[in-house]
Amino acid sequence: MPTKVEKDSVTGTETTGHEWDGIKELNTPLPKWWLYIFYASIIWSVIYCIFMPSVPYITGYFGGIWDYSQRATVEEQLAAAHQRQSVFLDRMAGLSPEQVAEDPELLTFALAGGAAAFADNCAPCHALGGAGNPGGYPVLADDDWLWGGTMDDIMVTIRHGIRSDLDTNTRLATMPNFGSDGLLSREQVAAVADYVLSLSGHGDAGAETLAEGAEIFAAQCVSCHGADGTGLHEFGAPNLTDAIWLYGGERSEVIAQVNHPRLGVMPAWEERANGQGLDDTTIRMLTVYVHSLGGGE
Amino acid sequence: MAMTADTTADAAGAAAAGDRTQVVYNEDVVRKFTLAATFWGIVAFLAGTFIAFQLAFPVLNLGLEWTTFGRLRPVHTSAAIFAFGGNVLFATSFYVVQRTCRTTLFGGRDLANFIFWGYNIFIVLAATGYIMGITQSREYAEPEWYLDLWLTIVWVAYAVVYIGTVMIRREPHIYVANWFYMAFIITIAILHIFNNLAVPVSFFGTVSYSAFSGVQDALTQWWYGHNAVGFFLTAGFLAIMYYFVPKRANRPVYSYRLSIVHFWSLIFLYIWAGPHHLHYTALPEWSQTLGMVFSVMLWMPSWGGMINGIMTLAGAWDKLRTDPVLRFLVVSVGFYGMSTFEGPLMSVRQVNALSHYTDWTVGHVHSGALGWVAFVSFGALYFLVPKLWGRRELYSLRLVEWHFWTATLGIVLYITAMWVSGIMQGLMWRSYDGLGFLQYSFIETVEAMHPFYVIRALGGVLFVVGALLMVYNFWRTIRGDEATERRAAAPVGGTRPATVTVRSTPAE
Repeated sequence: MPTKVEKDSVTGTETTGHEWDGIKELNTPLPKWWLYIFYASIIWSVIYCIFMPSVPYITGYFGGIWDYSQRATVEEQLAAAHQRQSVFLDRMAGLSPEQVAEDPELLTFALAGGAAAFADNCAPCHALGGAGNPGGYPVLADDDWLWGGTMDDIMVTIRHGIRSDLDTNTRLATMPNFGSDGLLSREQVAAVADYVLSLSGHGDAGAETLAEGAEIFAAQCVSCHGADGTGLHEFGAPNLTDAIWLYGGERSEVIAQVNHPRLGVMPAWEERANGQGLDDTTIRMLTVYVHSLGGGE
Repeated sequence: MAMTADTTADAAGAAAAGDRTQVVYNEDVVRKFTLAATFWGIVAFLAGTFIAFQLAFPVLNLGLEWTTFGRLRPVHTSAAIFAFGGNVLFATSFYVVQRTCRTTLFGGRDLANFIFWGYNIFIVLAATGYIMGITQSREYAEPEWYLDLWLTIVWVAYAVVYIGTVMIRREPHIYVANWFYMAFIITIAILHIFNNLAVPVSFFGTVSYSAFSGVQDALTQWWYGHNAVGFFLTAGFLAIMYYFVPKRANRPVYSYRLSIVHFWSLIFLYIWAGPHHLHYTALPEWSQTLGMVFSVMLWMPSWGGMINGIMTLAGAWDKLRTDPVLRFLVVSVGFYGMSTFEGPLMSVRQVNALSHYTDWTVGHVHSGALGWVAFVSFGALYFLVPKLWGRRELYSLRLVEWHFWTATLGIVLYITAMWVSGIMQGLMWRSYDGLGFLQYSFIETVEAMHPFYVIRALGGVLFVVGALLMVYNFWRTIRGDEATERRAAAPVGGTRPATVTVRSTPAE
């Protein structure tokens, strides 16, 4: 098509004289504000590059007039943060969790630090505030403890974990697979489960079944769970009389646990993989925090 | 005014063959791409909405490896960008290049059909692969080596057809839309090849290892990733804007000069901006700075397209009230302007320190993807469907109106929810209590975001509903139906064959 410049009647601007499929173009000059902001952004960029790290050399690079470094900045910030906390950290050095808890200022500090560490490390399983989760993640805000609720007990559990592969001092205990290994018959497993439920006043089994269950319990279970079924912290054996259940309190769930027990695992926080363990101060703060949640002994 | 030498030669050739030259456009392949784009659009929007609900309600992961968020997210992103966006780009580019060059597609119908089937088979194989866990874990470049090779073949064929068509054009000049389409085609080819340089483990295995490692790998990936946004989702869709806005508004393009300056500045600056995705990482700080300043300088070149799009309506503003198709096109340009302001802002180190890794980024991407890319695509598709199937107008403009408002409301819910959620998330991550401990744990920030995840998912539902209205409208339009509102307003329209007669004008 030939070039044919026209004047647009609406804007009064000339076209470029080209046309494609009926589309024409106006020859409007660049908007001034657009051009000046574009120039300004270029000038600003050049100035920024003078002050900040910008131009690469063969080895190294031009660090800018300010010689800014993200790495150095974050190191300074971390050092400053550590400096602000050091007042408390120094006072905490060498103190046991009980001693920390006796000093009101240190207690406040340890509870804050323990809460932060708990939320980042423990809450995924034990839930925020230690509310626990179904399926083997115990509530930490009550007075029912598997491995003991004194400061020392809690600290050992946090440090070494439960059934942890990475820590030889981990808390270890096992419960036999009474059903799946054929130690008890199907009926015997059901009877002892009924008896266990009856310890907390649950279930509707007849006296005969309960008597059979009691007999099996006395022969197989008392060594860990105790003659009265109140459990032993030494073996992490739960109290069976309090109607608090790690793996559910339905009859079928109790039968399943006797049949082929699920054995929970908790990491050893001192010795986690890749050396990512918690430091000693954090573990002591966590101990104070968890102890405070509800039923520390 | 004198004509250029090219035109004279062309006109002379035409004159030799007779004064009238028949140009038969290949609209068959454009129709195929249009239908594919519509289909993949629905897939992309449904997948996106589903994974949005998964984030709000994790139980929807269904406990199956194939339906987890991690597997479905690349299905959503690839369906949105490459399946929906890609087919829209193919459809519009083949339509636009033929009409603005007044010639049929170079390479014949078989080659055009090969591109259609080749590209869509690529999409199907890629998406099914993601669900089965086959991915090279590069964002927006997840397909493994064998599909990368296949796409390279298809893309080269596309480049040959497109550039070939421009070379055999019967117009003296190349229209601005074609500059943008060519920038998109050539740059995507380069990005695709270099980012996917990898060594397969075996000829019969799906796994490969990238040729790059460590921070070089990250930089290559984000050089690719950001320019997938820059050249696929920006340059390509600006080309759409440059044809369909003036065409639908029936007004000349606002400024030819602006189109030149913003085209060259845009494509020159965009290619350097990728490092802003790697602020505060192991990437050397000098290259972070360069990524940032190039992003800031990109602000005005991006806005050049917005100015040209919106100001083309000068003298036709009233059409915005009556024509919802034009409204889709123009509002898309508005969203484009908003997200191309937000982008440079977020590339600034200090802003990025807050926004990076938060939902703000997700909101930013979607203001571009939904507001700009999808809206300009809807506008173009609504323009194309009646033309391609020889109908005078769409089945119902009132349904387009409903689509427009439903989708706009969906976008507003989406973006505002992600702004609030993202900024809240960023602020929670960096708050400390008086004793110097983190105020919030990660899990608390996740809990705090839950309501916004629900709002975002509802925004997605609205977007899907709007798109389904579009599908219904297309179906009725293709069938040749007219809604009562149109029968009342206008006489029955005639059909128009896909053949146009071009009169070659001899030099004056």
